[in-house]
Amino acid sequence: MGPWRALVATPADTALTAVLALLLGWAGWGIFGWAFGRAQWLVVRANAATLMVGRYPEPQQWRLWLLLGMLVSLAGVSWGLLRGRGAWPRNDRLAVAGLGGATLVLPPLLALGAVNQLRLLLLFALLLLLRWALARWSGHPAVLRFASAWGAVWAVAYLGGLWLIAGGLGLPTVRPADWGGWMFTLLITSLTLLLALPLGVLLALGRRSELPLLRWLSVAYIELIRGAPLITLLFLGQNLVGFLVPGGLAPDRVWRAAAVLTGFAAAYLAEAVRGGLTAVPRGQMEAARSLGLSSALTIRHVLLPQALRVALPAMVGQCIALLQDTTLLSIIGLFDLLGTARSVLANPDWLGRYAEVYLVLAVLYWCSCAALSMGSRALEQRLSISRDRATVPPSTPSPTAA
Amino acid sequence: MSRDESPLMIEACGVQKWYPNGFHVLRGADLQVRRGERVVIMGPSGSGKSTFLRTFNALEDYQEGRVVVDGMVLDEDLRQIDAIRREVGMVFQQFNLFPHLSVLDNLLLAPVKVRRRPRAEVRRQALELLERVGIHAQADRFPGQLSGGQQQRVAIARALCMEPRIMLFDEPTSALDPEMVREVLDVMKQLAADGMTMVVVTHEVGFAREVADRVVLMDEGVVVEEATPTAFFGAPQQERTRRFLAQIL
Repeated sequence: MGPWRALVATPADTALTAVLALLLGWAGWGIFGWAFGRAQWLVVRANAATLMVGRYPEPQQWRLWLLLGMLVSLAGVSWGLLRGRGAWPRNDRLAVAGLGGATLVLPPLLALGAVNQLRLLLLFALLLLLRWALARWSGHPAVLRFASAWGAVWAVAYLGGLWLIAGGLGLPTVRPADWGGWMFTLLITSLTLLLALPLGVLLALGRRSELPLLRWLSVAYIELIRGAPLITLLFLGQNLVGFLVPGGLAPDRVWRAAAVLTGFAAAYLAEAVRGGLTAVPRGQMEAARSLGLSSALTIRHVLLPQALRVALPAMVGQCIALLQDTTLLSIIGLFDLLGTARSVLANPDWLGRYAEVYLVLAVLYWCSCAALSMGSRALEQRLSISRDRATVPPSTPSPTAA
Repeated sequence: MSRDESPLMIEACGVQKWYPNGFHVLRGADLQVRRGERVVIMGPSGSGKSTFLRTFNALEDYQEGRVVVDGMVLDEDLRQIDAIRREVGMVFQQFNLFPHLSVLDNLLLAPVKVRRRPRAEVRRQALELLERVGIHAQADRFPGQLSGGQQQRVAIARALCMEPRIMLFDEPTSALDPEMVREVLDVMKQLAADGMTMVVVTHEVGFAREVADRVVLMDEGVVVEEATPTAFFGAPQQERTRRFLAQIL
């Protein structure tokens, strides 16, 4: 029975289907009618750039384009490499279609300038080109050689990019307090994740350590952080540091908030990783130790690869939660996407245009989270491909038995 | 040089161990194994035979007595323990292959990371070993794709890839379907024929009769009887051994 037939399988199912369809239709019609009738989208068009990058000074915005170009190139190469290895199983085409559709439809909707629209299209073309080229030549020895170092290239490019937009190479400084909008949300989320992941793994290992002091400290830290709401920790981070460090020396408020987010996310990630570590059978460690592997080698090559695989879904859940938690930064007065939107709405010119702005926000947040979970699903499939596929024993006769 | 004069590879004297819950699992177990000897340890479950075996590569610690393996005393010294483990291979009841690594990578991990040997060289040796245990065609597969018997043969090859001087087997066929027991025992017999020093905890009487130089019966944490297979199975000296044999034969 096909999935559609199931909708009308019994009279009760049919009735339920009809009721739900009516409700959906009514809600859809209402939103549609509002979006193309009473809604006044000028507020979004006029503030598109602000929603994207906040108060980042316009003459310096080429730096953001450069960063975006760099990230797109890196992503294209990674994508191509994964495809070449057959490691991007299902939603490859779907992702291309989604990205392509967004690149074509969103910029005109947001009334971005013609130049910017063209730039976005070119970047999308670059992404597709790299994706195709790397997949095409993925078996080439030169490609294989740099593929192994690609993770390091990502890290260097990412940190270099941060430096570039903050004011490296003698460029005018743009203080992090002037970064804003969607860019700020994505940057602070990625930076926090990058730092929190290793910290979380270390905390999880510490919690299972045989050294009592290390174990107690890890447990105390994790439980303390998990016992407090993030917003209180953020306020604490903003104010406490100010008391402890004399005025000018305290790090920028953005960095303080990033540090708090990192510490917070690390505690939750540690619990996810601990779940994964618990799932690795004891025999794995014994086998590794019996081969002479030290504890460090056992953790690195035997425990963590298996534990992280198990913990991945929970960890992605934490990453998505973290992305959404960044909205709290608007409450402590930073201009993340939500904070930027609120500053737009505070302008008397745009009084009362809440629905329009918050709908756009919802779409942007949804896209960010959907991208995260799509990527993680691809990663999960890629990781499980190797071991869970066929468990049917191949029936080759054993030469020794002969 | 006759076997009686070969150097001692394992010398365990009066080994006593209490589990953290207070259970006295080893109550003064003794065993000596010379180079090239094959010793089979039998005994009812709970007799401490696996625990005793696992003290030989320090997977289990002990509180009283002394275990000397290949001239090194197994005590609290961590460096000593890692050095011993490199020389002592172990095969487990549950195979314990690394499921996230291919068969070949299971073999390569320890020699490359611990002994720091060049990968290409170890690879050649690993493929030879896999050929010897009959898994050559599956080198790039993952453990989950192999049968139990094949997995256990890979586990043996993995231990051998470290070029150990002693091999310990902890009930290597107990978790296998009956039709796969033979392929694993055949590999072990071949290993014995090559002169490897082996200590095997097993219930396989046929293997003990055919391969062992000595058979040992353990019960309640001590060695009850120790004899050649012919004497052990034909004319056991101890009442406890007779009762045990009556149950398994």
